[in-house]
Amino acid sequence: MTIQGSVGKVKTEYFTFAEPPKELKLESGQSLGPITLAYETYGTLNKEKNNAILVEHALSGDAHAAGYHDGEEDPGWWDSMIGPGRAFDTDKYFVVCSNVIGGCKGSTGPSSVNPKTGRPYALDFPLITISDMVNAQKHLIDHFGIDKLLCVVGGSMGGMQALQWVASYPERVRSAIPIATALKHSPQQIAFDEVGRQAVMADPEWREGDYYGKGQPEKGLAVARMIGHITYMSDQSMEEKFSRRLKEKNYSFRFKTDFEVEGYLRYRGDSFVKRFDANSYLYITKALDYFDLSGERNKHPGRHIETKFLVIAFKSDWLYPSYQAQEIVKQLKIRHADASYCEIKSTYGHDAFLLETEEQTHLISHFLKKAHKEGR
Amino acid sequence: MTTGSNRLDHEVIYGIVEPGSRVLDLGCGEGDLLHLLTKGKGVKAQGVELSEAAIYKCVEKGLSVFHGDIDSGLKDYPDGSFDYVILNQSMQEVKKVDFVIDEALRVGSRVIVGFPNFAYWRARIRLFFKGKTPVTYSLPYRWYNTPNLHFLSISDFKEFCADKGITIESEHFLGKKGTSWFLPNLFALNAVFVIKAGNKVKGG
Repeated sequence: MTIQGSVGKVKTEYFTFAEPPKELKLESGQSLGPITLAYETYGTLNKEKNNAILVEHALSGDAHAAGYHDGEEDPGWWDSMIGPGRAFDTDKYFVVCSNVIGGCKGSTGPSSVNPKTGRPYALDFPLITISDMVNAQKHLIDHFGIDKLLCVVGGSMGGMQALQWVASYPERVRSAIPIATALKHSPQQIAFDEVGRQAVMADPEWREGDYYGKGQPEKGLAVARMIGHITYMSDQSMEEKFSRRLKEKNYSFRFKTDFEVEGYLRYRGDSFVKRFDANSYLYITKALDYFDLSGERNKHPGRHIETKFLVIAFKSDWLYPSYQAQEIVKQLKIRHADASYCEIKSTYGHDAFLLETEEQTHLISHFLKKAHKEGR
Repeated sequence: MTTGSNRLDHEVIYGIVEPGSRVLDLGCGEGDLLHLLTKGKGVKAQGVELSEAAIYKCVEKGLSVFHGDIDSGLKDYPDGSFDYVILNQSMQEVKKVDFVIDEALRVGSRVIVGFPNFAYWRARIRLFFKGKTPVTYSLPYRWYNTPNLHFLSISDFKEFCADKGITIESEHFLGKKGTSWFLPNLFALNAVFVIKAGNKVKGG
């Protein structure tokens, strides 16, 4: 029995490719290059290179999935799942997490310098899709010399990337674990994203995206993040976390933050603008909305799927409700895929994929064990 | 037969299933039967189960399983996706039995149905002399806590198959300790039928 633990101190690394004239062709028809991807790795790639797991992050995530950066107190965003003896056991597996293109955490995005102008891209950055994100990651996986990934896993947008990997490169993925995700955004999900984008774009500080060096549209981005946070929780988790508790003894009878929930949202909004680029928020939410593997946009309809699947949903997740996970399962059934599906009972809402460690660990560790065994 | 299982019905079903076939177990519980079939007969197994706790047990065993109810678990499969669809001790718990059987016969070449016999002699005695709902070895629940929505006998099931034009390929009757063939509707605790779609036009 391994002692569970942290991967310890880690460092983000960078991989640059697609130097002109070999730019990456995007789904929109435009090209992008050079491209830098920020990534981290945990564990060791074995000699056969068959123990690699690609972890995909969600909308506001980054390459720092586990362990600690020098001088920082908080671990990576999925630390409870990645480490020796954890679900993604770094004693057995080589775990890679890369920041998406369009992001602002070290990968090429709208805040990166456009080599043609010497200034940040801003809105000159091309619109990117989930499929473009995956195509970029493929270069990183090629760089490692990994022919076939043992697993691609992620929650929310990370789950979309996992699904896209199988759609784009089925022969390169032994198993996939899409969590709290969908084959496509529903009008409700697009609507929430659009409200977030409008909040950013309505802020005069946005300046048509050309705000670099002048300070970003903090008010708008904070509102977008506050809306996001509401959709990540559930009615019940908000009741448990805040109820109607007040910050002071009584109502202020002014427009102050009377309720704890108000204070929490403002805090979340304010801390988000310090770490995230407003234009990246626009680009990435657009990529989420464009994603659709449900039908005619799917390149290989009806083809059998060899990749083994574990699909996970959460009962109280109303942003990505379980019927969407069941749609994924339906597609897998039609294609005779070897798949498991579990709807975990949780009250955390969409955030559950970051918080329900025990249940996910149970499912994932056994699933991976089998996939790894079959792959040898 | 030495499967190591202490479940007589599992032994019987194990004997029926051909090696290497594709099997869908509806209401697979903790996956004991599928595990047996995977290990011993190398089948390609898929389970459907409603209980979350049981799903974890299945995944532990390395089985592929869908979390959901039987009634809605079948409709997405293309015709003939499986060699066997198993409905063991679960048919009596589904809401629309005829719909589920039709669907099972559509997605599977053969359907294996196992159920407790309501016309078992002890059940008859309890109902006839005591005027009470039967509680037997194969029907252990009381009226207020039973998961069973339907109660049927071996004769009922045969009549159902005849009415629906379903072909019964083989039948197996189980007592407490082994298979029993003498007046099964009276003496069998459990029955296992292997059925397949008849030649009749569907819905005719």
